[in-house]
Amino acid sequence: MQYQQAVRKEAKHYRVQKIRGKAADVLYALFRYALVIGISFIIIYPLLMKFSIAFKDKADIYNPTIYMIPVHFTMDNIRMAMQILDYFPLLGNTLLFVVVTTVLTTASCALAGYGFARFNFPGSNILFALVILTLLVPTSTLMVPMYLHFRSFDILGIIHLLTGKSGLNLLNTYWPSIITSATAIGLKAGLFIYIFRQFFKGMPKEIEEAALIDGAGGIKTFLRIMLPNAVSPMITVILFCFVWQYNDTFFTSLFMSELALMPTKVSSLAAQANALIPGMLGVGGGAGVKADPNHVAMIIDTGILLAIIPLILLYMVVQRYFVESVERSGIIG
Amino acid sequence: MSGNKLSLQQKRSLLGIAFIAPWLLGFIFLFATPLIKSIQFSFSKLTVDPTGFTLDGVGWANFNNALFVDATFNRVLTESVWDMVLNVPMILFFSLFSATLLNQKFRGRIIARAIFFLPVILASNAISAAEASGLINLVGDATAVNEMGQSGSQYNVMSMVMILSDIGLPLSFVDYIVDAILRIYEIITSSGVQILIFLAALQSVPGAMYEVAKIEGATAYESFWKITFPLVSPLILTNVIYTIIDSFSGSAVTQMIFTTAFTTQNFGLSAAMSWIYTLIISIILVIVGYVLSKRVHYN
Repeated sequence: MQYQQAVRKEAKHYRVQKIRGKAADVLYALFRYALVIGISFIIIYPLLMKFSIAFKDKADIYNPTIYMIPVHFTMDNIRMAMQILDYFPLLGNTLLFVVVTTVLTTASCALAGYGFARFNFPGSNILFALVILTLLVPTSTLMVPMYLHFRSFDILGIIHLLTGKSGLNLLNTYWPSIITSATAIGLKAGLFIYIFRQFFKGMPKEIEEAALIDGAGGIKTFLRIMLPNAVSPMITVILFCFVWQYNDTFFTSLFMSELALMPTKVSSLAAQANALIPGMLGVGGGAGVKADPNHVAMIIDTGILLAIIPLILLYMVVQRYFVESVERSGIIG
Repeated sequence: MSGNKLSLQQKRSLLGIAFIAPWLLGFIFLFATPLIKSIQFSFSKLTVDPTGFTLDGVGWANFNNALFVDATFNRVLTESVWDMVLNVPMILFFSLFSATLLNQKFRGRIIARAIFFLPVILASNAISAAEASGLINLVGDATAVNEMGQSGSQYNVMSMVMILSDIGLPLSFVDYIVDAILRIYEIITSSGVQILIFLAALQSVPGAMYEVAKIEGATAYESFWKITFPLVSPLILTNVIYTIIDSFSGSAVTQMIFTTAFTTQNFGLSAAMSWIYTLIISIILVIVGYVLSKRVHYN
């Protein structure tokens, strides 16, 4: 009898505990959703705002009852921003430039990462320490010498020897970025080499040995065996490289300030919009004519949206693989 | 036999060097050479002429100018360093917090992750420069714009300061927290890569460890501090270093070094400034690295 009572008491106690545990779980889940949704909103808010502004008529910005969804739906802003940016030629130019540098950077960094991960040559550790050094030294330290270097580009005096001129002026051509990315020294290349090295270090040695025994040389092993397996670090590096190259203002304004590239155009958007809008509205471009600052601001926001839309589209496509590659811990190997 | 082995090893060495050859070339010609040149520049007066440039040695004058003559460099430098000191703990805390959040299983986790990494895609100096004159940041005369600004910060900051200091927190700490909350957007947008690194670290923590801890009766709080935190701690060092380096890529000092070189054409002074900057950052990195690596748990 007493025994049964004890059991019942125990069961009751257990049930209460279970309900309490469940309640805590539900509360925690709610709390977590509140946090995640809140932070997500903070991240997306400026983007939503830009979308809303892009389709708003000028009249709508003075209407205090409109929060997000415009009343006078219009494409005028987009049309004007496109005209100011000279959008499609600019986008084509930028994409071509970014794709070329991304491919070159990924290739050279993958090679270097593999070399550092799998080969023991004299001084390999010191050289790898130098890779890390390239990450640590601020780019502004190298700015002036690099600028002068590309102003009269020459390797070991070969061009001077052949033509008698003091090197080629590569400024305002795509060459500075192409050369730096092909030699794995461009934008954050040290980080990419590091990512690849960590990944290749984590690959089982047996695969390589098997390939070696089967008669594949070092380069063949790399191309046929190692690279196809390196999808996750590859996606990470390609995405980062593409995005950072696309957004980079430092090197583009240093070496290619006169070329039509997205970052330089976007950073001068405000001045451009102020100068061009009156003429586009047919008011005439006299010195006394000034554009409505709110209208200019609208066009700027639309222009920024136009600039980042290709990135957002790209991210939507690769996002799934990217998140998965994180899942397989491509970053730390 | 042994000669054969040696030659195989030599072959492997050569192959390895072949793999890193592009980087090595780049490093020698596009990193090491400019680096040495920049030291040289910082000790000379550099005049650019149509065909090249000429150097006149001036000793320590450029450093002297940067530190003691130039009116703004010291201030901008200390401000940038101070900003970084304030930002790094916030970014670190936020990114570890977000990574633990995103590592848990819940519905919509994939979407949440995609959104949390979005700032990595959108962080750009060009965009933020243009954004400064965009409508979202333009608190102009239009009522709509004013209202937009208000809806962003509807709580009263002062009341929060009061509440927190009434609890008994030191005022400087309260300031720090309020500052963090007001700059939450900035902090979130600059912690994308850090979240990524922490998340990757969290993924590699074996799940069996948590199961054991749970059987032993550890709470979630305990298992975070006893399992997750020690195992993630090596990555804290990585993230601190990354954040420090990242924070000065677009800082006011970098901007100043750029304008000194290309607007006022004072290349020597610019090189001296950038070396002072580099030295200060290296000192900070060495100190932080030393302090943290003593506390980090390696398995």
